Amino acid sequence: MKWETIIGLEIHAQLNTKSKIFSAAGTEFGQAQNSQACAVDLALPGVLPVLNEATVEKAIKFGLVIDAHINQRNVFDRKNYFYPDLPKGYQISQLDFPIIGRGKIEITVANTSKTIGITRAHLEEDAGKSIHDLYDDDTAIDLNRAGTPLLEIVSDPDMRSAKEAIAYAKKIHTLVQYLDISDGNMQQGSFRCDANISIRPIGQEKFGVRTELKNINSFKFLERAINLEIQRQQDILEDGGAVVQETRLFDALKNETRSMRSKEEANDYRYFPDPDLLPVEISAELIAKIKQNLPELPQQKKARFIAELGLSDYDANILTSQKGLADYFETMLKSNPDNAKLCANWVMGELSAALNKYQIEIQNTPISAQNLSLLVCRISDGTISGKIGKDIFQAMWAGEGSADEIIATKGLKQMSDSGQIEAIIDKIIAEHTQQVAQFKSGNEKILGFFVGQAMKATAGKANPKLLNELLRAKLS
Amino acid sequence: MQSHSYKQRRLVIDNTQLEQIANLAKLNIADDALDATTKDLNNILALAEKLSEINTDNIKPMAHPLHMTQRLREDKVGEQNQVQIFQSIAPKIRDQYYLVPTVISNPSDSG
Repeated sequence: MKWETIIGLEIHAQLNTKSKIFSAAGTEFGQAQNSQACAVDLALPGVLPVLNEATVEKAIKFGLVIDAHINQRNVFDRKNYFYPDLPKGYQISQLDFPIIGRGKIEITVANTSKTIGITRAHLEEDAGKSIHDLYDDDTAIDLNRAGTPLLEIVSDPDMRSAKEAIAYAKKIHTLVQYLDISDGNMQQGSFRCDANISIRPIGQEKFGVRTELKNINSFKFLERAINLEIQRQQDILEDGGAVVQETRLFDALKNETRSMRSKEEANDYRYFPDPDLLPVEISAELIAKIKQNLPELPQQKKARFIAELGLSDYDANILTSQKGLADYFETMLKSNPDNAKLCANWVMGELSAALNKYQIEIQNTPISAQNLSLLVCRISDGTISGKIGKDIFQAMWAGEGSADEIIATKGLKQMSDSGQIEAIIDKIIAEHTQQVAQFKSGNEKILGFFVGQAMKATAGKANPKLLNELLRAKLS
Repeated sequence: MQSHSYKQRRLVIDNTQLEQIANLAKLNIADDALDATTKDLNNILALAEKLSEINTDNIKPMAHPLHMTQRLREDKVGEQNQVQIFQSIAPKIRDQYYLVPTVISNPSDSG
């Protein structure tokens, strides 16, 4: 039987505010345990939550770029469940009146565009962290994360493959970073994906029973987890079994998904409006003001790179696919405004390859944009060849200094003295009479042999353009 | 919230439902108290049923009992680190963590 996959994603994006959503405690990552958990976060008696205005503005920003309805009146609810890292015994969230209503975004998979509906996006608070393996007899609780603002973005069940789900998740990831509403750091848990997955025979209208994969923190894992789950459901149904609606956990080490259900009965969160918080009213003026001040988005930046910098569609697409990459490239352009194409090549080539090889985020690159820009300058002004540039790049990556320092200490300056190069060419020609004869009888390809010999003799430092000119002159 | 019609049949719960609710609320109700508690709760529900006598056609459901709107707070860190004071009243701490018994193995949903 042929099956069709149905995927919907719930994405939790941590909003990059200075303080928490309902308290004035800080949100900085990696602080000493419980040092950023105040009386409100701990749910001590008598405290009152007060909503952080930046969370509202950031949610509106997101709503505007997904073409969504902004609910100018929205309400916070209590979602009740008991867990030690949730001191109040409920999470403040939004159910019936979320801040962001229906919207949509476009994704592209294999050159085909598709619109994915976004059901809603709502504000809520994060829970703290439970550490189960720190001590033998107790679970350790760190409440620094409790009360950190989240925007939960819920998609329609519009995706039909893991590839589409990844394209959607990456698109949202790029958007939240461009909008500067979340740092999108997946390792630190600032951007987490839950996937609802079901399959149905092709042609059937009714959805199959779905399972939910929780808290996946990399795109690679998301794709693997979804494909594993599709296969698992297919195996069950083809064996005549039935898929059970449940939450499953992806285990990257064992490469499997497994049930994380502890009880047979479904959770009932008994939502009700939070009496501690009044309904939020958003003025049309605020929405208009935010709309006017929206930053340049990937599509606009891409169009500008093509129109103003003369980059190809392909290059502009890659450079704008991640905000960090685009920022890096634009920083290079500041000191290198006339070399857009060369800068782009270095960012997409050597730099991306090295970042990928060592699994480093561009924010943590050992070579700053200013330094790479200097290297590109030295290639464009003829100080070094592109080939030597690659060696210098490796030295810069290893922390041996700036391009100029490495050129000086290693003596890598390009040889552009025609007298010097001519002497070397003369010697090579004298030593290879057979190849000279071949060239003269019309074998143009043999020129490469002479170039290679000359580069070897000059340790790659001969100016390639000059070398070619001189070689042709001497040989003919 | 859709406009609900509250003129439905009267809600009556039985002992099984009571046990489910008690379980969700993490309450222990002794077996010999089940019947009485169910009866009490049904009496309370019956009282609330009085509301269904009111005609609510064409009335927008109320999302919140207060007719005021939320004031917002500027995004500024205004709290000092007072972990020592807070932990002085915690039943069990270690290395600045709050400790709880490892009775729960599966984290509940935080979404």
